[in-house]
Amino acid sequence: MDYISLFVKSIFIDNMIFAYFLGMCSYLAVSKNVKTATGLGIAVIFVLLITLPINYLLNEFVFKPGALSWAGEKFASLDLSFLSFIVFIAVIAAITQIVEMVVEKFAPELYSSLGIFLPLIAVNCAILGGSLFMQERDFVNLGEATVYSLGSGIGWFLAIVTLAAIREKLSYSNVPAPLRGLGITFITVGLMAISFMTFMGIQL
Amino acid sequence: MNTNGNTYTVIYSTVLVILVAAILAFVSMALKPRQDDNVKVETISKILTAANLYDAEAAAQKGNAYVLEQYQNCVASAEIINYEGKTLQTLTIKGEDGKPVIFDALKPQYDLMKKIADAQDKGQSESEINALKAQLQLPVYTFNSDGRKIRVVPCYGAGLWGPVWGYLAFEEDMNTLDGAVFDHKGETPGLGAEIAHEKFYSQFHGKQIYDQAGNFVSVKVVKGGAHGDINGVDAISGGTITSNALQKTIEQWLSFYVPYFKTIASENAAAQAGTDETGTNINAEE
Amino acid sequence: MKDVNYKELLLKPIFKGNPVTVLVLGICSSLAVTVQMKGALVMALSVTVVTGLSSLVVSMMRNSIPNRIRIIVQLVVVSLMVILVDQFLKAYSYSISKTLSVYVGLIITNCIVMGRIEAFALGNRPIPSLVDGLANGAGYGLILVIVSFVRELLGSGTLFGMRIIPQSFYDAGYMNNGLIILPPMALILLGCIVWVQRSLQKDLQEK
Repeated sequence: MDYISLFVKSIFIDNMIFAYFLGMCSYLAVSKNVKTATGLGIAVIFVLLITLPINYLLNEFVFKPGALSWAGEKFASLDLSFLSFIVFIAVIAAITQIVEMVVEKFAPELYSSLGIFLPLIAVNCAILGGSLFMQERDFVNLGEATVYSLGSGIGWFLAIVTLAAIREKLSYSNVPAPLRGLGITFITVGLMAISFMTFMGIQL
Repeated sequence: MNTNGNTYTVIYSTVLVILVAAILAFVSMALKPRQDDNVKVETISKILTAANLYDAEAAAQKGNAYVLEQYQNCVASAEIINYEGKTLQTLTIKGEDGKPVIFDALKPQYDLMKKIADAQDKGQSESEINALKAQLQLPVYTFNSDGRKIRVVPCYGAGLWGPVWGYLAFEEDMNTLDGAVFDHKGETPGLGAEIAHEKFYSQFHGKQIYDQAGNFVSVKVVKGGAHGDINGVDAISGGTITSNALQKTIEQWLSFYVPYFKTIASENAAAQAGTDETGTNINAEE
Repeated sequence: MKDVNYKELLLKPIFKGNPVTVLVLGICSSLAVTVQMKGALVMALSVTVVTGLSSLVVSMMRNSIPNRIRIIVQLVVVSLMVILVDQFLKAYSYSISKTLSVYVGLIITNCIVMGRIEAFALGNRPIPSLVDGLANGAGYGLILVIVSFVRELLGSGTLFGMRIIPQSFYDAGYMNNGLIILPPMALILLGCIVWVQRSLQKDLQEK
């Protein structure tokens, strides 16, 4: 698959939020203003970009049926795929922890702006979802997996920043009382998703 | 007890990990045969659906046993042929465990087809290309359906995201499609994913893979509607990439089956001519 | 130890404190499976089982878990439950497991599960935790089922795969609403559910 086409597809067409609803909890909770939304968005791109290639390698050399054949004939028929969920989530949790520590040590400024979001990310569905989609879609090589992770991260970032911008304006609008807050946000996200569907069918 | 000490933490996590791994390994091993069975039954049910021999209600009631039984009752032969149409291997219909053998290595064949296409693009010599082609293993499942022989062949290719695959069932003239069925791994829901729905694949019934002049054209998936074209079906609106991918996949696979189809079609035609001369009826004999 | 009001524990998450519409938890993974009721129902059951059992197990372990690796231990327990559910689905309900695909795995990161463990199971005895987990799963499942009911009925004219809208309607020019099958409509429907609920319970309205 062509890298550029994969990249564009993962940002716009198969957007993590609009096509698959991944990472909705933090998406709705942290999209009240653009600044914090940007912080979380960057953190998601960052963690996705690190964890997905690692999980790709793990999947390729450990979990795929027959993936262990490099360790010898005996292991070729072993199927460990049932362990993949637990290892993926462990990798994600561990990486978030490490990223948090590294950022805190070497970039305290970035840490204070990202800080509170980093631990949240371990349970962000978009990250685990990225790994699971990677497993399902059988990417051919590490390059594709990396491009996909970057694209999905940017797609998520774009989605949360635009929603935050809309919600900032929305607070000046006269919304019916029962719809205020959560209700109108759901509907806004739905409408945004419809507008993102115009990207469907783009072929590069 | 101090639950915050280092030793405690390490021991705790070790025990937890071993325990969890043991539980998972046990459950996975216990359920594995059933899961493998399910995968096989799923494939068989697709093949039967393409040949219009699958009754979803009966399958829902009786489960896997129905699918296996129906397959074994209806199938006349299952074989693997090469690109010249010669039989390489016959697949067991009732193995020692009472279950049929199904050829599921479609992906390696697809990879091989890509290599062949590459070799053709690069203009490699005929013998090199033929050496590649000779490695192809092409399954054909033949069914008895109301006195007719229905032949089902698979196809497998790349969709928008993951693989798309399907089965195509042919009438005795090896030109007219009796049915088709498709499936996919991760196409966009509501758009590309629609290929797996009956509304889409039922269109293939009665379509033909040769044009009026008798040239192989496969079945086209036409954007904007096929308008009764005998060689085309309507594409999925919004699922252009998946539709195109599917069309390419079908054409690619069928092109390797054409020699086999021609052999069978001429055999059938000869048999037909023979019965006409002697005035006997095949159905009457049965 | 204080008395536990099981009735309150059981009913609150289903209506008044619904995890999806009130606490905004766990919308993540599962709206994509609401195209058909069958998938939604199995998903709802899976989430209920996972939330209930994880809460139960974590609550039993709550006094022995080292505080520093608390989150990881919880994740391991949740993943264990999810993998078990996934394996059983693959073995006993293959076609549904295929439609749910990655979304079963995503239950691991469903905020309801972790949210209930953190908020309730860590501080309560096992049986109330189990009830709390089950009830929250059920409250979540209720929303899934409502959304899928509307989507399947209007989008495909069926319920649980059985035709509901008679053929004569189609002959008279009725058409299935293709839009409602597309992902965005699940969100808009959810917005409408919130709307209805908050019109009925004025105390939930914001600002």
